[in-house]
Amino acid sequence: MAGIIGYGAYIPRNRIRVEEIAKVWGADAPSFKKGLMLEEKSVPSPDQDTITMAVEGSKRALKRAGIDPREIGAVYIGSESHPYAVKPSGTILAEAIGATPAVHTADLEFACKAGTEGMFVALNLVRAGAVKYALAVGADTSQGAPGDALEYSAAAGAAAFLFGKERLVAEILETYSYTTDMPDFWRREYQYYPQHGGRFTGEPAYFAHVTGSARGIMSKAGMKPADFRYVVFHQPNGKFPLRVGEMLGFTRKQIEPGWLVSKLGNTYSGSSPLGLTATLDIAAAGDMILLVSYGSGAGSDSFIIRVTERIDEVRDLAPRTRTLLDTNKVYLEYGVYAKYRRKIRKAE
Amino acid sequence: MPTPSRYWREIPQRYRMEAGKCKACGFVVFPPRAVCPACGAREFVTVRLADGGKLLTYTIIRVPPQPFEDQAPYAVGIAELDDGVKLTAQVVDCDFADLKVGLRVRLEFRKLSEEGAAGVIYYGYKFVPE
Amino acid sequence: MRDVAIIGVGMTKWGELWEKSLRTIFTETALLAIEDAGVDKIDSMVVGCMSSGLFVGQEHLASLLADDLGRTPVPAARVESACSSGGLALRQGFIEVASGMSDVVLVGGVEKMTDVTGCEATYALGTAADQEYEGYHGLTFPGLYAMMAVAHMHRYGTTREQLAMVAVKNHDNGSRNPLAQFPFKITVDGVLNSVLVADPLRILDCSPITDGAAAVVLVPADMARKLKKPVVRIAGSGQATDTIALASRKDLTWLESTYIAAGKALAMAGRKIDEIDLFEVHDCFTIAEIMVTEALGLVEKGRGGKAVEEGLTARDGRFPVNPSGGLKAKGHPVGATGVAQTVEIVKQLRGQAGDRQIKGAKRGLAQNMGGTGGSSVVHVFEAE
Repeated sequence: MAGIIGYGAYIPRNRIRVEEIAKVWGADAPSFKKGLMLEEKSVPSPDQDTITMAVEGSKRALKRAGIDPREIGAVYIGSESHPYAVKPSGTILAEAIGATPAVHTADLEFACKAGTEGMFVALNLVRAGAVKYALAVGADTSQGAPGDALEYSAAAGAAAFLFGKERLVAEILETYSYTTDMPDFWRREYQYYPQHGGRFTGEPAYFAHVTGSARGIMSKAGMKPADFRYVVFHQPNGKFPLRVGEMLGFTRKQIEPGWLVSKLGNTYSGSSPLGLTATLDIAAAGDMILLVSYGSGAGSDSFIIRVTERIDEVRDLAPRTRTLLDTNKVYLEYGVYAKYRRKIRKAE
Repeated sequence: MPTPSRYWREIPQRYRMEAGKCKACGFVVFPPRAVCPACGAREFVTVRLADGGKLLTYTIIRVPPQPFEDQAPYAVGIAELDDGVKLTAQVVDCDFADLKVGLRVRLEFRKLSEEGAAGVIYYGYKFVPE
Repeated sequence: MRDVAIIGVGMTKWGELWEKSLRTIFTETALLAIEDAGVDKIDSMVVGCMSSGLFVGQEHLASLLADDLGRTPVPAARVESACSSGGLALRQGFIEVASGMSDVVLVGGVEKMTDVTGCEATYALGTAADQEYEGYHGLTFPGLYAMMAVAHMHRYGTTREQLAMVAVKNHDNGSRNPLAQFPFKITVDGVLNSVLVADPLRILDCSPITDGAAAVVLVPADMARKLKKPVVRIAGSGQATDTIALASRKDLTWLESTYIAAGKALAMAGRKIDEIDLFEVHDCFTIAEIMVTEALGLVEKGRGGKAVEEGLTARDGRFPVNPSGGLKAKGHPVGATGVAQTVEIVKQLRGQAGDRQIKGAKRGLAQNMGGTGGSSVVHVFEAE
């Protein structure tokens, strides 16, 4: 049986409130807050990016796993904001954690589900016995176009998972992926901001794939919503994960521990992975967790996870996700936010 | 700005804090070097620096050198790490008003600078308040 | 070793010399020194310059300047030890004459700093620090000295006002120096309200960016006596190095290299520090002067701030420091500074310092420092 042997989260300290963004664009903040169920989002400092957050999250996963990083045989980092278009983030991450040189590395992308993609690959390499340990990270510092609806939610964060076969913190019992070709959200090469299909990103995209994947895995495993203690969905805004949970027959109580978006924003490849780290932080031995990601383009990866007793020994070896989310926050004004996110045109 | 090879050569230090501990007298040098400045011996083992320490001194740079033009003002400091080694780095995620001699800090992986929009990105370590 | 004397000095007005190139500045200054010396032949040239490469893209400097001065094929060497390049050039010239290798040596220092932007100059000056472990992290010279100031203030209670008093004193002296870049007085309030560069150091705590040169001519003392010139001897020379990175120092508040170099220079001269009548020291930043006075032994360790407040180092104090105006008011064309300190002391010991004159001055000491104290060069001068 293969599964998670360590996990770690990283969330930058800066935040910006919905009201602050709405003020600048003359938008109606209350309706955005209500419609998207968002209050504020995280903002990376200028010296933070997908790689820096991935490194820190991975170090925390290593602390919980208690293994020698040189024994990590594979490192995958999924993001849609890799700092280089050509030059892997994974090699920098692998060097920083001390996994080099005997390691396989790849950068993955699939909109918001690049993180769970890495998890899918890492898990299966370990299952197959090809590597002893594998690391998968979902991290993003995605941009929303100024004044666009996505600007209210595009946030930054990272979640890292180490997979192995011994000293499991959580077993992965089943996986399932549901994929179709879908132009709901995309960014062309050399474009700075993504584009999206507005309401088209809802029902036929997010909802169809998430429900397709969730129903698919539950059918494969012969399980139903009531069999799970917790469920974590991809969180592009506050509303979608609650609505899809309802559609599938899950309760609010199951969704809540992993529902971070209203205070965090959408961390894209980090979104459902961070929901999972937050859930693991409070889970008990024996708890069943369903993780369902979503990436535009489109696809959804599902995992059925069972927590082991080891969770009690490791959860406080590194900061908890909610601690990172709720404490030490620094609120930014829009001008500073725009400067940090390089939305202000400067001299060449 | 460092050239790619100059940057790459220091990666074990910048990413993993690899230092040299003198086999003869135990003095730790960072970065590693050939001759122990304390006892003159020439053999070392590789060790990693401690994760954190306390600030011995600090300042806020308001007039930056060229590669850091965009970043000013930023704080820098010298910390004595818990293993006794003294290290220079920026201090981030800290209100300037909270800087003080004795502040406990830990090391975090961050971006130092980049060679314009098309050049190499330079990573390394910075201090954050514990 | 022969006794060495300085028989010619030259210096022109320092400042932002837009119309003059590096070679022009050097040559006109060198010609003044040669004329003052009254010599025809020159056996050797030593030039101190920190970074003509980064500032004006020019290396191979000594040969260029020997050529521009019309003195080829004279042997010429450029020496560099960051901001103590000038003092180092003097030391090399001294060694050449003392050893008997050469009779007449022209020692010059020069820096042309205004052909680049402020940030580029800050970067170039930063190359005196540890590039990979200080510069890489965005440190600057004001930043490094500011950290020394914070440590000094924390440990000894040195105050912001005491730092300002160093600048005020040096401007008071510099207001009497027609060649200074900033020949005007300033006030403590003025310093305290000037713009921050690296907390707590403000712009008026910092020596400026300057174009300029200085030159002296060295000969064996016997030759000077025969030429019936006022004999000002280089009585002692000392140099020492210390760790390049500030973080590697044992004590962030102490300039060990100055302490050692001064000890060597005084020992060679057979003098104690309290026998010296005036001092030209390296006030690249106000805190530096305070720390130098402690390292030289003018005051107890930690009392440098109190001492300047009490007037110990004023023009009429027990130990006059920087009668020329120091780096702060005179300017700091990096490679030239050490030689300019020498020019001032020679003028003082000849009784030619005008209304800067320290009465009865017979012995002087120049302290020139590179980086945050990674190198120090100290010379002791005596009038016969």
